[in-house]
Amino acid sequence: MSGGGKWGRRLVIAVPNIWLILFFMVPFLVVLKISLSEPRIAIPPYAPLWDWVNGALEFNINFDNYAYMWEDSLYINAYLSSLKIAAISTLLALFIGYPMAYYIARSPEPRRSILLLLVVLPFWTSFLLRVYAWIGILKTKGVLNEALLWLGIIDEPLIIMQTNVAVYIGIVYTYLPFLILPLYANLVKLDDTLLEASYDLGASRISSFFRITLPLSMPGIIAGSMLVFIPVIGEYVIPALLGGLNISKTATGRWLRRWRW
Amino acid sequence: MRLRFTPVMALLGFIFLYGPIASLVIYSFNESKLVTVWGGWSLKWYGELFANQQIMDAAWLSLRIAAISASAAVVLGTMMAMVLVRFGRVRGKGLMSGMITGPLVMPDVIIGLSLLLLFVSMQGLIGWPSGRGFTTILIAHITFGMAFVAVVVQSRLSDMDDSIEEAALDLGASPLRVFFDITLPMITPALISGWLLAFTLSLDDLVISSFVSGPGASTLPMVIFSKVRLGVSPDINALASLIVLVVSIGIITAAILMRKKP
Repeated sequence: MSGGGKWGRRLVIAVPNIWLILFFMVPFLVVLKISLSEPRIAIPPYAPLWDWVNGALEFNINFDNYAYMWEDSLYINAYLSSLKIAAISTLLALFIGYPMAYYIARSPEPRRSILLLLVVLPFWTSFLLRVYAWIGILKTKGVLNEALLWLGIIDEPLIIMQTNVAVYIGIVYTYLPFLILPLYANLVKLDDTLLEASYDLGASRISSFFRITLPLSMPGIIAGSMLVFIPVIGEYVIPALLGGLNISKTATGRWLRRWRW
Repeated sequence: MRLRFTPVMALLGFIFLYGPIASLVIYSFNESKLVTVWGGWSLKWYGELFANQQIMDAAWLSLRIAAISASAAVVLGTMMAMVLVRFGRVRGKGLMSGMITGPLVMPDVIIGLSLLLLFVSMQGLIGWPSGRGFTTILIAHITFGMAFVAVVVQSRLSDMDDSIEEAALDLGASPLRVFFDITLPMITPALISGWLLAFTLSLDDLVISSFVSGPGASTLPMVIFSKVRLGVSPDINALASLIVLVVSIGIITAAILMRKKP
């Protein structure tokens, strides 16, 4: 390779990495530095981590902030609550998403592509507006309550908005495509001959499903669940809009309330 | 005929996915201000939407940020993907692939907060960026956008046969020429989908933008969020319906174009 090529190669390596170091790694070091500093009421609101005192470098590392986080039940409860909400919504999404992924994977070709497109399409529209749509449906005088009252199923409106139920509905709704796609990719590769053999040997549809399809689709289930579970832990917008007061229950909500930026 | 479990569940699932969108669109044509009281068909909320200067300004700002950040993210993300897939032995490759997947798994709140702290410290140290707004939002969006682009391009590059590129190199083409004449045309579909992904994510981002934005720079999601917190407002329904319309046309056109190709 010529000398020019070598420099070109270095440039291609350097540019994206410098960007990431500057705007992704360094910010974390700043956070880490502040987390280890002693808080004080000044600008900036923390003591410097190191200082030149009489010509010697003096470090001033303090773990009080970490201890404080463990002592104050507020943070731990908020974190546990985030984990609980994420776990329950992932399970709910799995119950709704699995049959859909299975049905799409088993459909004949033209229909399969169209259904897959229908799953992906909502993802490209605004996430915020899809959450907003549920406010109109779930509120006390919303579409759902009016319809149920009209049908005579309930006598007085259900209170769903500003409860955990609304948060679960919103989360499952927005994250469903993330679960369906990896599951579909897994189920579509399922070998039909295994199921046929199982039927020939006298197994029922249900027992074939639980003993063949379900175990074979485990990688898809795990991948899809991770794609839902991990981002939901840090979710802020859905609890803020649908959960109302419950916003304070999630870790992110606690943060935003406590540190008024 | 026996009712089968899976098709029924799948149908209910699709109703669950599309019911809310349908109700948004239907109520955007509602004459009444009360969203649940039907007052007859009307286009009045679309008129109000276009008359609302705050929403129009925010939409223009968001579109500019999304277009610029997606384009920069495609350039940086493709460079990163080339380094990781095609450059052979490079020192620190593990760290690089860790850094590029970082923005994908890190919660938005943490990315936003740490970038805000960086911008504040940088302003104190070197006086740049002076204040927060367009530039800081742009930097934040390029950073997470390039991670998504890198993933898309990386998977395309590793599926691709590199013998054609090797043949061109053997025949004496320079690496730059090989990239622009061979690699680039072959990864164009990945570049387009990466650009669209970065564009959509930028247009949709609320949390990171809220952290790194300053007074005077409100993106569309920030304006929508502050309006929606106060309750349902029909002009937001009109805005949502327009977005659904544009996205559906775009996706369906893309699907038809892809199908025509062999």
